[in-house]
Amino acid sequence: MRNGPLLVTFAVGASLVAIFFIPHHKVQEAQSVLLDWANVVYAFALILGSLSLWASHQRKVFARAEGWIYSLVTLLALAFVTVAGTVQGVEEGTLVNKYYNMVNSPLASTMFALLAFFIASAAFRAFRARNAEATLLLGTAIVMMIGRVSVGEYLWHGFPPVTEWLLDVPNLAAKRAIALGIGLGAISTALKIILGIDRSYLGRS
Amino acid sequence: MALDRRIIFVLIFAATALPLLFPVNLPITPSPRVRAAFETVDKQPPGTYVLMSLDYEPDIKAELQPMSIAVLRHCFRKGLKPVVLTLYPAAPGLVERALAIASAAEGKKRNEDFVFLGYKSGSQSVILGLGESIRTMFPTDFWGTPLNKIPMMKGKNSYADFPLVINLSGSAIADYYIRIAATRYQRPMVLGATAVMATDYYPYLSSGQILGLIGGMKGAAEYEKLMDITGDARRGMDAQSLIHVTIAILVLLGNFALFASGGLRPMGSGGSREGTGR
Amino acid sequence: MNGFETWVAAILTICVFSFLYRDNPLYRFAEHLFVGSAAGYLLAVQYQNVIKPNVVERIAGGNMVAFIPLAMGILVLARLSDKATPVSRWAIAFYVGIYSGIAIPAYMQAQIFAQLADAVKPFEPGWHAINSVLILLGFLSVLAYFFFSAPHKGVHGFAARIGIWFLMIAFGASFGYTVMARASLLIDRVLFLLRDALHVLPPA
Repeated sequence: MRNGPLLVTFAVGASLVAIFFIPHHKVQEAQSVLLDWANVVYAFALILGSLSLWASHQRKVFARAEGWIYSLVTLLALAFVTVAGTVQGVEEGTLVNKYYNMVNSPLASTMFALLAFFIASAAFRAFRARNAEATLLLGTAIVMMIGRVSVGEYLWHGFPPVTEWLLDVPNLAAKRAIALGIGLGAISTALKIILGIDRSYLGRS
Repeated sequence: MALDRRIIFVLIFAATALPLLFPVNLPITPSPRVRAAFETVDKQPPGTYVLMSLDYEPDIKAELQPMSIAVLRHCFRKGLKPVVLTLYPAAPGLVERALAIASAAEGKKRNEDFVFLGYKSGSQSVILGLGESIRTMFPTDFWGTPLNKIPMMKGKNSYADFPLVINLSGSAIADYYIRIAATRYQRPMVLGATAVMATDYYPYLSSGQILGLIGGMKGAAEYEKLMDITGDARRGMDAQSLIHVTIAILVLLGNFALFASGGLRPMGSGGSREGTGR
Repeated sequence: MNGFETWVAAILTICVFSFLYRDNPLYRFAEHLFVGSAAGYLLAVQYQNVIKPNVVERIAGGNMVAFIPLAMGILVLARLSDKATPVSRWAIAFYVGIYSGIAIPAYMQAQIFAQLADAVKPFEPGWHAINSVLILLGFLSVLAYFFFSAPHKGVHGFAARIGIWFLMIAFGASFGYTVMARASLLIDRVLFLLRDALHVLPPA
């Protein structure tokens, strides 16, 4: 039952690679159609995520598991936003847009704003210059933290050029090598998938 | 050195709030990379179409929303024609807001001076699809108007019709635009990224795959400075400075305490004792 | 936002910040509300921005080819049922094939060839040549570090050691910028509380 999907992966993947080399407009139009289909399938995959979330919290509510009241909050919010957004739309002036500005946006922003506190606490407790390499990392981090903001320029006019140099030379060199490594890894993974060597995306047989 | 982490939290909160309440207005000097981004947009002749992909969600809007507003205002001031889209599902509300603020500030009208295509799922497939047919990817704009009915979109259907691509992104979407729009389709490209990601894109600056880089809230503040506008990015710079100084002092204090207690050992001599903070 | 909306946003912000003291029911309520709202918004946006224009309206306009992606999308949803999961593999195979096919030429062109071309070029003139030498040295030494197929001994080991130094500088720069990013997120929320909720700061 897996050979069919493996053939689909091979056919579609190899076609996309071949299309890269064929500039004929009919071929490129065919690529557009395939990509449009992929967008729709991707949208359904995202919808699947939301529906799975619904299913998991529904089970908790029906089983009256610990914290089921919070799961009920999740379900109510999910249902309300989905129905209102599907019926009325999500653009400015709609109920969902107001709700988004009032609930989604501040909650998401604040969840991530907590990280500022945790990074300070973690830096104080764990960032130690235990050896020469760690000292180099720590020193660079402190130069960056001070030098890239206004106070660094105010304290010493040499800070901005030093930080620019650190970014333009050693940082560039290391990140280029990392980018090359990532590129080679991604190509080999994509090839393994297209050729059917890596089948993990199909799940258990 | 033991220090209750809630004391650290209070210090960080104070370092944020005090400069906002009592601003000092420390100087902001635009960096070469932000200046390059600014000049790339600035030198476009009026009427140039710009493809702008604003890809961020509320969790990173602090860095990218001020950046979007500043860049959009720049495009509007120069008489450029931004065609805006987003590849993040939670972004449409934010992008619509940024467009509303920027267009109101510069007196621009929807579908005459800018178009908002809305959101499409798929990321890479959309970015690649824009190379052949925008209309296949986006049959309508965000508000449901077919693209064929929008005069500003007449004759514009692929990257070939856009002399400049601007991507303001908080994720790997930046990499996709570099690989596809900038490299495969040879589009001049300006990138705005969150500070977490910004250091990763210096190789692409060097190779010319991107022409300018706006990194984080500081980059947004520099862009606002070049635009001579005061947005939330510039307002936040004093606080940014004090938070950084506070964290730097905390790190140095932690290391000083370790050094003073004899916890540091030479390289290769095993682990060191660590002062435990609660 | 009007006054009521601003106050709801401010109260929810405080609920999340209360986690800094300790985990508590207010935080858990806000967290669960966020999860449901975000998932619901995602569903609504997928329908309004993708399924409606790219499928529903095309089918309504007589384009029957649009049934193909709709059918594949429904196959993806089959994963909700354990018995029907095998049929979803066809749709998953399709989009995994698409993204794998896009990746190969894209990575080759942009990350391999373009970066190698920039790495292997004449040095800058004058004193800038020092920077060019350092960039090339750093690039090769970091590549040497990441080559784990041979032991890091002798010349390879020496090169890898230098690579570690370049990596430490790069990671230190990344850490500094990460602190900047996290601080920015907090500044935005405090600015909202002080300006929009408490009106202690002048409006934007």
